[in-house]
Amino acid sequence: MSWLTKTLTSSIGKKLLMALTGLFLCTFLVVHLIGNLQLFKNDGGYAFNNYAVFMTTFPVIKIVSYVNYALILFHAFWGLYITYKNRQARPIGYAVVKNSSSVFSRNMAILGTILLVYLVVHMSDFWYRYHNEALPYVKYTEQIASGNIETTPMEIGYTQEAKKVETVNEEAGTRTVIVKDLYNVVSFSFQNILLVLFYVLSMFAVAFHLFHGFQSAFQTLGWSHPKYTPLVKGLGVWVFAVLIPIGYAAMPLYFYFFK
Amino acid sequence: MTINLKVWKQKNAKTSGNLETYKVDQVSPDMSFLEMFDVLNEKLVQENKEPIAFDHDCREGICGMCSMYINGQPHGPLEGVTTCQLHMRTFKDGDTIVVEPWRSAAFPVIKDLVVDRTAFDRIIASGGFVSVNTGNAQDANNLAIGKDKADMAFAAAACIGCGACVAACKNASAMLFVSAKVSQLALLPQGQPERESRALNMVAQMDAEGFGACTNTGACAAECPKEISLDNIARLNREFLGASISSQEV
Ligand code: HEM
Ligand code: SF4
Ligand code: FES
Repeated sequence: MSWLTKTLTSSIGKKLLMALTGLFLCTFLVVHLIGNLQLFKNDGGYAFNNYAVFMTTFPVIKIVSYVNYALILFHAFWGLYITYKNRQARPIGYAVVKNSSSVFSRNMAILGTILLVYLVVHMSDFWYRYHNEALPYVKYTEQIASGNIETTPMEIGYTQEAKKVETVNEEAGTRTVIVKDLYNVVSFSFQNILLVLFYVLSMFAVAFHLFHGFQSAFQTLGWSHPKYTPLVKGLGVWVFAVLIPIGYAAMPLYFYFFK
Repeated sequence: MTINLKVWKQKNAKTSGNLETYKVDQVSPDMSFLEMFDVLNEKLVQENKEPIAFDHDCREGICGMCSMYINGQPHGPLEGVTTCQLHMRTFKDGDTIVVEPWRSAAFPVIKDLVVDRTAFDRIIASGGFVSVNTGNAQDANNLAIGKDKADMAFAAAACIGCGACVAACKNASAMLFVSAKVSQLALLPQGQPERESRALNMVAQMDAEGFGACTNTGACAAECPKEISLDNIARLNREFLGASISSQEV
């Protein structure tokens, strides 16, 4: 065995892969949240729909997103494999157990499995439909001089080759963008209270997974230091287990209650 | 006091065991937990019954032998003590106490509460030492060691190899033990020549013994009678990953 395989298949190496993929997914959570904040703009989905086109057509982003999907799957199945192996280290359990560790730290695999189910639902709700189904289109007409944007949904059944077609009419001083209306799909989906509940509850799983996971990844990397560890722990709790899940949960709630 | 016990009875490594119920009368609150077992065993012997097998040696918290998983916690409910330092005044008259052996694939039960902890010995033999005999103790100031480093090394060296960390961990991971042993030498000048090979070999042996992988739950440090810190595990991760990258071995 080469030194690299030996390292990565050791107990510490296996955990290193979990920590690195986990932290990559954390950066993804931040970027995805910031991008999706455009859903809150009151512009008929203009910013969000253009962003969706950019994210699914710009080559570098496309590569990163496929790496991201692969790493989610790797993280999930590697984590479940580690959990399975760890169970084998105690073939006979105790009759009485009084735990002195946090409930989240002991249930990372269950929280992760909830996340995996969530991700499958989430991807088929939006990603799959955006790529494979006949979505409605919307037309935005911008008065170039004033920047005013007028939103007109295209008639049902309208379709075009590209996700986005942009034309400029110099005489009228307007710019027209006809684009797949993912915003509309999101808005419509979140009228379903069951889906809204599922999304909001899943964000608790994100919160609990990262409540333990974020700081745990730094410990796995060997990063423990009296100066920086309190910072890492604070970031893990307040940003990754509170702020980010609230940000995500706010989206379905916003559409359900205000749209 | 009267104490009701449910104790794991198992004939040997090959048979399976079960919890058996015992009643111990006239327990003094000043007895240690092990002394209560002595009283019970004496009674059992007088009644021509088989006494309960349990490990013990120093009875003052330094040898690490007294492995008992008491009411769901290694070494019982108190923090920072071993079973031999646990006194019956911690319990109430009439309490039922469940006593089980350490549970780990790497610590097979030999009999009743006695488990085979030679896996720890093999881990130590794989690198937990300094090979070169450095002679008599040197003059204290010959070898300059910062107080902070000395304190951390000393705290790590307090590990008595009891295995409570393994018993407490949901993954039966031995990381706290191994990290204490690696840290103690990695922090001191005497440990430097074998620093890389020590981390690599001890982790390899730990994995070969069948202990689980650490998931940073922190149960080990919470239950460790010597209060070994989780920082040692972070240090072991650093030592191991650093040694993997920098060692000459390909
Ligand atoms: C957005 C998604 C996710 C993020 C940001 C994330 C993040 C993390 C982080 C930072 C860790 C800590 C790594 C360490 O302790 O060193 C972790 C651990 C873990 N994750 Fe995830 N995770 C995600 C999704 C999932 C999914 C879908 C599963 C599927 C089953 C999963 C299963 C696990 C397990 C079992 C662990 C514990 C592994 C261990 O401690 O050895 N995670 N995750
Ligand atoms: S680290 Fe603590 S619990 Fe583990 S063997 Fe050493 S003294 Fe016992
Ligand atoms: S008997 Fe030695 S530590 Fe308890």
